[in-house]
Amino acid sequence: MPTLTNEMMRSIIMDHSSKPNNKHNPPKDGYEMMHMHSDNCIDDINVYLLVENNIVVDACFEGVACTISMSSTDILCDLIKGKSKEDALYMIDQYHHMMHEENFDEEILEEANAFVNTSKQAARIRCATIGWNAAESILKEEK
Amino acid sequence: MDIKKIRKQFPMLANNTLMQGKPLVFLDNASTSLKPQCVIDVMNRYYSEATSNSHRGDYDLCYFVDKEINDTRKLVAEFVNCDVNSVVFTSGDTEALNLVAYGYALKFLKKGDGILISEIEHASNALPWFRISELTGCSIYYINTDNGKVTPTNVEKALKEHKNIKLVSIAHMSNVLGYKVDIKEVTKIVHEYDALICVDGAQSVPHFKTNFKDWDIDFLAFSAHKMCGPTGIGCLIGKEKLLNNMDPFMTGGGMNVTFSKDGKYEPLPAPVKFEAGTQNIAGIYGFGAAIKFLMSIGMDEIEQREKQLRSYLNKKLENQDNIVCVNPDSDSGIFTFNVKNVFAQDEGTLLNSKGIAVRTGKHCAKMIDDVINEIATIRVSLYFYTTEEEIDALVDALINGGDILDAYFN
Repeated sequence: MPTLTNEMMRSIIMDHSSKPNNKHNPPKDGYEMMHMHSDNCIDDINVYLLVENNIVVDACFEGVACTISMSSTDILCDLIKGKSKEDALYMIDQYHHMMHEENFDEEILEEANAFVNTSKQAARIRCATIGWNAAESILKEEK
Repeated sequence: MDIKKIRKQFPMLANNTLMQGKPLVFLDNASTSLKPQCVIDVMNRYYSEATSNSHRGDYDLCYFVDKEINDTRKLVAEFVNCDVNSVVFTSGDTEALNLVAYGYALKFLKKGDGILISEIEHASNALPWFRISELTGCSIYYINTDNGKVTPTNVEKALKEHKNIKLVSIAHMSNVLGYKVDIKEVTKIVHEYDALICVDGAQSVPHFKTNFKDWDIDFLAFSAHKMCGPTGIGCLIGKEKLLNNMDPFMTGGGMNVTFSKDGKYEPLPAPVKFEAGTQNIAGIYGFGAAIKFLMSIGMDEIEQREKQLRSYLNKKLENQDNIVCVNPDSDSGIFTFNVKNVFAQDEGTLLNSKGIAVRTGKHCAKMIDDVINEIATIRVSLYFYTTEEEIDALVDALINGGDILDAYFN
């Protein structure tokens, strides 16, 4: 993936915030759910993953979320679909590295690279990771 | 009021503190206030020149600690016009309200009794009563406010409707809406219905004169840190006869006359019986210095100054269609609003990127959503040291601040 310009990152965040692809309840039974809420933001979401044969087949979320948590959770759902549990956990780990300004694998994060500047607004790291933490918990529970 | 001179006494203001590389504009005073040098100095002096414990020694340093604590108790009493034995030091407003809950309500309320609060209360004046309801089986009832205003009329309506109310606990000023309650009138009504009144003064005591005796309040709670004092100290003011009948919330050293192997103990009289363990001595010193500082400026002057600032802010934003204020008719320093089509926390982050500190969210008043029809808001809270220039910086950021993602990409 080519390096994202600031303008590209802005539009990725705004697009996923205003028109999230994955903000809906699960269409059928069988999804694992994790509820997350923030004590320093309004974020209050349920994240749902459908895992079959070690593969994350589907991902979606519902709830109230600020721009950063809405878009970051929506991108998470896009990226995690089709990944094995191990690859998904690796991706989430790389995302955490990026949040804390450590070396990370840009390649696997694709559109999630748009959140590379979150640490400039440290109070929002919680928002940018809330959906990712939910998915991580589900996958670790599953193991 | 010489604002420039006053601001020079606050290191956070005088030392050109930066946030996000910009001069700090601190507009979160309802959360906590800044501290003047005199408060910091007196606390440092205790640690660097006068450390010792209270009640616990025959040497000079202990004597002076005891004297300072007693002097501060007298100062608090003078500040809110109560008897000196009515002043119980606590860790703050929250502990003070819990002391009324566990020391009074748990002892005297039972199933069938009622506690009346309002739907706009902060967690500190709601959850202790929820716990008492769980423990005793008593009921919690709510005052239906007039768009967030607690009035003598709606308090009386609730008292008439629920005949069994024994305790009414309300904030003198809401931390979200900043509306001032007519406590004297409300207290009169509450007493006519044979109930007691507990006043959460966290947002009122720092901003205008409080008169515990004249208003005939039964219990009053407040914190030092919202009134230029340190964190971790505050007090409960209670009528002496009520305090004497209450049980201590905590027991331990410093609050008893004697105890023996048969499990019996004799507590000291109020207020000391509620002050178990080593107190926050440096905090008490700082609390006293903060009260002296506010008294030297004058509470009426502080109230007046905040009204002027509020009026200035109102005028600056009144024609801005994208600013939706939820308490436009409040004359307090609390201005709560949203920017149309922008999530409160996103706007708060944009303001942070410009060095402006505000609070966003529900402000710990999680039952208020239905009153203001917002799930989250931005709260600007002024104090007497706020300047018109700081308000201008806020207004400029709200009107010309760019979009919320500038906080990450500029």
